[in-house]
Amino acid sequence: MMRLLYLLPVLLFAGIVAFFAVGLQGDPAKLPSALLNRPLPPFALAGLDAGTPGFGSATFVGEPKLLNVFASWCAACPQEHPMLTRIAGEGVAVYGLDWKDTPENATRWLAKLGNPYRLIGSDPTARTGIDLGVTGVPETFVVDRHGRVRYKQIGPITPQDWDQTLRPMLARLKAEA
Amino acid sequence: MTAEIGHFALILALVLALLQSSVPMIGAARGDAALMAFGRAAATLQALFVIAAFAALAFAFVRCDFSIAAVASNTHTSQPLIYRFAGTWGNHEGSMLLWVLILAVFGGAIALFGDNLRTSLQARVLGVQGMIGAAFLAFLLFTSNPFARLDPAPINGAELNPLLQDPGLVIHPPLLYLGYVGFSVAFAFAVAALIEGRVDAAWARWVRPWVLAAWICLTCGIALGSFWAYYTLGWGGWWFWDPVENASLMPWLMGTALLHSALVVERRGALVSWTLLLGILTFSLSLIGTFLVRSGILTSVHAFAVDPKRGVFILAIIVGATGLSLALFAWRAPAMKSGSLFSSVSREAGLTLNNLFLMAATAVVFLGTFYPVIIDSLHGDKISVGAPYYNLTFTPIVAVLLTLVAFGPMLTWKRDSLRGVGARLRIPLLCAVVALGVAMLVFGVDKSLAALGMALAAWLMTGAVAVLARRWRGTDFARAVRTTPLATYGLVLAHAGLGVTVAGVSAMTAWQTSKILVMAPGQTVALDSATVRLETVRQVTGPNYLATQASFDIRRGDTSRHLTSERRFYPVSRSQTTQAGIDAGLWGNVYLAIGEADKGGTGIVVRMYHHPLVGWIWAGALLMALGGCASLSDRRFRVGAARAAAVPAGRLALA
Repeated sequence: MMRLLYLLPVLLFAGIVAFFAVGLQGDPAKLPSALLNRPLPPFALAGLDAGTPGFGSATFVGEPKLLNVFASWCAACPQEHPMLTRIAGEGVAVYGLDWKDTPENATRWLAKLGNPYRLIGSDPTARTGIDLGVTGVPETFVVDRHGRVRYKQIGPITPQDWDQTLRPMLARLKAEA
Repeated sequence: MTAEIGHFALILALVLALLQSSVPMIGAARGDAALMAFGRAAATLQALFVIAAFAALAFAFVRCDFSIAAVASNTHTSQPLIYRFAGTWGNHEGSMLLWVLILAVFGGAIALFGDNLRTSLQARVLGVQGMIGAAFLAFLLFTSNPFARLDPAPINGAELNPLLQDPGLVIHPPLLYLGYVGFSVAFAFAVAALIEGRVDAAWARWVRPWVLAAWICLTCGIALGSFWAYYTLGWGGWWFWDPVENASLMPWLMGTALLHSALVVERRGALVSWTLLLGILTFSLSLIGTFLVRSGILTSVHAFAVDPKRGVFILAIIVGATGLSLALFAWRAPAMKSGSLFSSVSREAGLTLNNLFLMAATAVVFLGTFYPVIIDSLHGDKISVGAPYYNLTFTPIVAVLLTLVAFGPMLTWKRDSLRGVGARLRIPLLCAVVALGVAMLVFGVDKSLAALGMALAAWLMTGAVAVLARRWRGTDFARAVRTTPLATYGLVLAHAGLGVTVAGVSAMTAWQTSKILVMAPGQTVALDSATVRLETVRQVTGPNYLATQASFDIRRGDTSRHLTSERRFYPVSRSQTTQAGIDAGLWGNVYLAIGEADKGGTGIVVRMYHHPLVGWIWAGALLMALGGCASLSDRRFRVGAARAAAVPAGRLALA
């Protein structure tokens, strides 16, 4: 009986190690979106100025699309920008959500770098951002033809992300009924 | 060139560590004096080589040798010299090298100053130290080589994280590491004792100063980290239950338990296997502290090296060190019998109870820290555990623990009566009740939890003083002051310091006030009993930053003080930090932090806080550390070890 008591620490420790080992398998940077496999929450966003239209959740039907969250003040967005231009060049519909930003600054930013977006919605108060569960910029949602969120990319899209994850996923979603 | 010298020195150190972990062990098993002596030589040489490697890296940092990757990503030429030097350990590779440096130096110290230890025990301790050293040197060389070169070398480097460019952060990591690694000595002694199958008073007398020194450093390190968070993060929080803070708190709690149980081993020869277990666990928690920061298993602001590969390596080290030593414990400890018995009311029993509560408190912190990992492993859900959990679980355990603290020194060894100890604690009890009543009256019944905290603080402080009062009563005062051992003063300081900290914590949780508003220069605002006037807002240029600096005039009663608060922008790393303006006082601080300038206006966002007794939190920690120092300098530690050598294996030779 006493001997068992002395065994207890090492047994407890073995249990803890098992949990650590499982925990290490996961990627700590991966924060699954709460919206995964759920429809986008209803929203409607104005464009950057009175002359250009914005978009809303109703836009995301018909074909799989990307919803990219950006801002003119964001440091990583210029880094992601060439990638978005390339993605748009491949014929993918990319919609831009201008998050916590003024339309003037965003317009100036896009004039400088070029505009890869099909349409841009302005979300200066981050109201829609909250509904979408945006944690920072840039973030990109993959939305299927039924308007359901299928994937969320946190941080800039790297060429590797695009080639290995996003492009195959979009192709698969396109093939889906 | 220096980088290669450093790199080779590290490789040689690894080879020496591997030899040190095997040769003296074999020597001790065979009783071969030459092989055991080799262990001492290897430990000394290993220390020299690691010192050389560290010096090489520090030199590269100070000289801005950007051909070394670690330097290039953590130093910029515009950084002041002291922060270039501190940059040596302000990054993953360098901080691991610092860890190994401290370990090696401690190993060298055991080799050089351990003449009065039994030769076989010393050889085994060095062997265990060699194993830990080899594991970490291998980790360093194979997964995080601090001397990895960059080709081509960049013209300038990336800056050290501006949050870390702070005097407090220059010494915070070394202090913490001195604590963590200091516990490795206790671990090595525990494992060596398990291999030898015996523990004696000499063993305890050797272990206690190491544990005490490690504990002092850890106490200071944690307090400094908390103080740094207070003045630099811009809202005056001093503890966040952040996983990495917890990682330092757990070894501290366990180390506190170890400190007290080692005392029982030294004085009474009891609690032997319990002390060995604590020795193993304390260092394991230190390892887990290192592991937590580096593996990315828990996301935290402190994680400057999120890399699962390194995590797996450290996990392997932990499994090796903790798993094997706990298995050794399960195998060998049952045969080790404790010498003397004690009754259920005695100082030994009091210390055991205190140990159990410290253990429970550690377990609660452990569970809170790792619950997200456990849940993630089970369900894949991401959750976080915050202050509400700790308030519900940690606070009650600690409240009971604090109540027990005052009893310990008042109990006599071996056998005592509850009635007797109750009588000795009459005055502290009275003080606690008065403090409770006053706090309730002044601050209202709805703050009764904080009032209880104040009562506990009064209980601890008067309980500590009562130890001296009891000792001095009826004797000549001057003589009594002189003859009281330093260790007793240490105990009184440490326990009273704990009370001071508790008072600070209670006051901060219940009675702080704050205001956030836009202020224009010339405007005056009242905050509690003080008035705050914003005088000017201007732009200043520092050595490697630009800052918006606001000057304030604080008036409290008739005294007025000038304060500045800064918001700094570091262009190289494009990051922002806050330097709060703090008017520190005995009874509380006025804390001012500035935010963004008001758009279009002349004003600036000002966050002002009144923090009652906040300084007591760190003052108490400092008192605890001072108490530790007093205890450490007690004669008993110096003469004790020599005496033990004269009477080898003492009165507790065990099976």
